[in-house]
Amino acid sequence: MNSNNILVKLNNAGFRQNGKWLVEGVSLNVEKGKIVTLIGPNGSGKSTTAKIALGIYKNIEGSVEKYTNKVGYVPQKISIDWTLPLRVHDFMTLTENIKDNEINEALTLTGVLNLKNKNLGNLSGGEFQRVLLARAISKKPELLVLDEPVQGVDYTGEIALYELIKKISDTLNCGILLISHDLHTVMTATDYVVCLNGHVCCSGSPHDVAKNNEYKTLFGEQASQILSVYEHKHDHVHSDEGNIKKN
Amino acid sequence: MFDDFFIRALVAGIGIALVTGPLGCFVVWRRLSYFGDTLAHSALLGVTMAYSFDLNIALSVFIISSAIALILIQLQKKTNLPGDALLGLLAHSSLAVGLVVIGFLTFIRFDIMGLLFGDILAVNTNDIFTIWAGGTIILIVLKLIWKPLFASTVNYELAEAEGLNPDRAKAIFTILMAAVIAISIKMVGLLLITGMLIIPAAMARNISDSPQKMVFYSIIGGLLSVIIGLYSSLEFNTSSGPSIIVAALALFILSLLNIKQSIKLKN
Repeated sequence: MNSNNILVKLNNAGFRQNGKWLVEGVSLNVEKGKIVTLIGPNGSGKSTTAKIALGIYKNIEGSVEKYTNKVGYVPQKISIDWTLPLRVHDFMTLTENIKDNEINEALTLTGVLNLKNKNLGNLSGGEFQRVLLARAISKKPELLVLDEPVQGVDYTGEIALYELIKKISDTLNCGILLISHDLHTVMTATDYVVCLNGHVCCSGSPHDVAKNNEYKTLFGEQASQILSVYEHKHDHVHSDEGNIKKN
Repeated sequence: MFDDFFIRALVAGIGIALVTGPLGCFVVWRRLSYFGDTLAHSALLGVTMAYSFDLNIALSVFIISSAIALILIQLQKKTNLPGDALLGLLAHSSLAVGLVVIGFLTFIRFDIMGLLFGDILAVNTNDIFTIWAGGTIILIVLKLIWKPLFASTVNYELAEAEGLNPDRAKAIFTILMAAVIAISIKMVGLLLITGMLIIPAAMARNISDSPQKMVFYSIIGGLLSVIIGLYSSLEFNTSSGPSIIVAALALFILSLLNIKQSIKLKN
């Protein structure tokens, strides 16, 4: 592994809020041209891990090393206050001045060029999600952090957008930290998977993770049907309180 | 050139409107109108300090308002009280302390009404210099922090994640608020400064579909309010501050007509 390719590196990172660990002990690297996907159930610390990697959370355990300032971010939740009159193209240049033809290019890629002069408040959830993705890629970032980037997008659009994300990773040679619930996509388009449940349950290539029993326990029968999974030994179980017990 | 008191007031008022226009947009966007009020109330304490120690009024108000802003930030970190309660606490206690101090300063005759509501007769050439020099600096600084401040107004986490340092922009903006209050207190009066910040901006919101347009109309609205307000203040012998604010209110009411139309169009 060439360390020059590393864009962001988490060393045993964790974050605690109001005395409760949101996530702990996460170590991972995002490298140029690679897609790292975080999977895990609700409340497992996926978004928290992304925010740690982005430097949004300051008082963290462990450490984060970030080797790039060219970052594009699609947050999971974004609330925009409508006291602000904001059109799509005002939003596109929010954090960086981007040329008009690059704005058009990015909006075309995510299929929403026709919305360029619309007010953000008048967009549907899926349309807004496409604009968010266009904004993040238009600045040609070295690191893209996508927190459920296709939520609310129609089925065919979802597939197209995942293909786009894969293409962006290749053409821009940028590293992508992706959070997704779509296991199909995860297992086909990803280079490295980290399965979270308050800590790292298992990680590795999609193939390795699919074989991991932790993964199977977390995602259940459906996930097992998607991928051929074979049994191996538990080394710990999760109680209802979220504690981990070694077997 | 500035011999006539009315010309002086006009020049001062135009300077203030040019600054409160863009700043007021951020006050509306970031929901800081009560925060602005708190800083303005504390300005009374600043004025009494200026009289007590023979300081420049604008400078003294600026220092006290900035100090109150810092105290607020500390209280927000250290207590569990909600933000509006803390703002109220600071606004009223600094106003009360200011009034009590005035009571002790028996050797000075205060024009309390002028302090609260503004007094165009009090504007001298020095004040015009303070307003235009201070205003220019405020606008230059605002231009410099525009990108991070605007981005974090839209979404804090996006701005932070993409490396814009929104916390620094926010701190600088707080200082700018204190500065704009300091330069406009004599003219508009401390009870009405926030009105000068938010009413033209609110009017502009009703007729704008982009942030740039809103800033532009907010400046225009402020300028019109100052000009109309000062002429009617002269004509009807009313305080300058309230006259300007009433003019701003009239413009706001006019802008509502535009909103009604656009809602009809939507339906």
